Amino acid sequence: MAAARLSGGDNRLVSLPLSRIRVIMKSSPEVSSINQDALFLTAKATELFVQYLATYSYKHGRGKEKRSLTYSDLSHTAEESETFQFLADILPKKILASKYLKMLEREKRDGKVEDDEEDEDDDDKEEESEEEDDES
Amino acid sequence: MAERPEDLNLPNAVITRIIKEALPEGVNISKEARSAISRAASVFVLYATSCANNFAVKGKRKTLNAGDVLSAMEEMEFQRFIAPLKESLEVYRREQKGKKEARKDKKADSEEQDKSREEENDEDDERMEEEEQNDDEEVDN
Repeated sequence: MAAARLSGGDNRLVSLPLSRIRVIMKSSPEVSSINQDALFLTAKATELFVQYLATYSYKHGRGKEKRSLTYSDLSHTAEESETFQFLADILPKKILASKYLKMLEREKRDGKVEDDEEDEDDDDKEEESEEEDDES
Repeated sequence: MAERPEDLNLPNAVITRIIKEALPEGVNISKEARSAISRAASVFVLYATSCANNFAVKGKRKTLNAGDVLSAMEEMEFQRFIAPLKESLEVYRREQKGKKEARKDKKADSEEQDKSREEENDEDDERMEEEEQNDDEEVDN
């Protein structure tokens, strides 16, 4: 039997399906072919990345609720950490709708924005800048 | 393999499990956080692939190899991954070797029964099929 599985509680060497990893890799037009070892390493690296991103965000999260990991912890990581900077575009910070409206007001006063778009959603709810994936 | 939009995402169940195993027990992960990490993982694959490909091109090769991926990790400032990746690769190569021997034996037997069934498959696809059989199907948690 293979020695230490090197993969946390999971008994297998890698949990992410190689076929799916391969599809993502091949979606890059400049890539011609991928050696089997390279495919395995990419899958394994992605697992390590997921672990790292999760634990880093949990540790450095600014949320008061330390029994949970939230989106805000992640976008904070993308913004603050150089290592995770490449994620900044896909994990943007969210702001409250009310704050956004205040920003617009300010810009309008400074003469930068001509349109005064009246937004009916004046409530203090978070404005989603990214669409949430629906878990099917 | 046809590329459908959802195929650029990684299976939710697996991502969730990896996160749960990495965090302390009892920590709740919001649905948004899970989704975000999953997207980040896909982006990571793309970024790593692109980076690795640059090394392959530099080496005038058309096939990405293990060295290219390791160089990419260095370049992306994920040096901390390199040692565990090398270890895993050793185990993986031994496993693959073992599987290959087993397949050769099986082939020798089945060849006597049905020679026409033997196709020249891409070795990658063969191994991947085996890998897929070992993987979980996507399941909702």
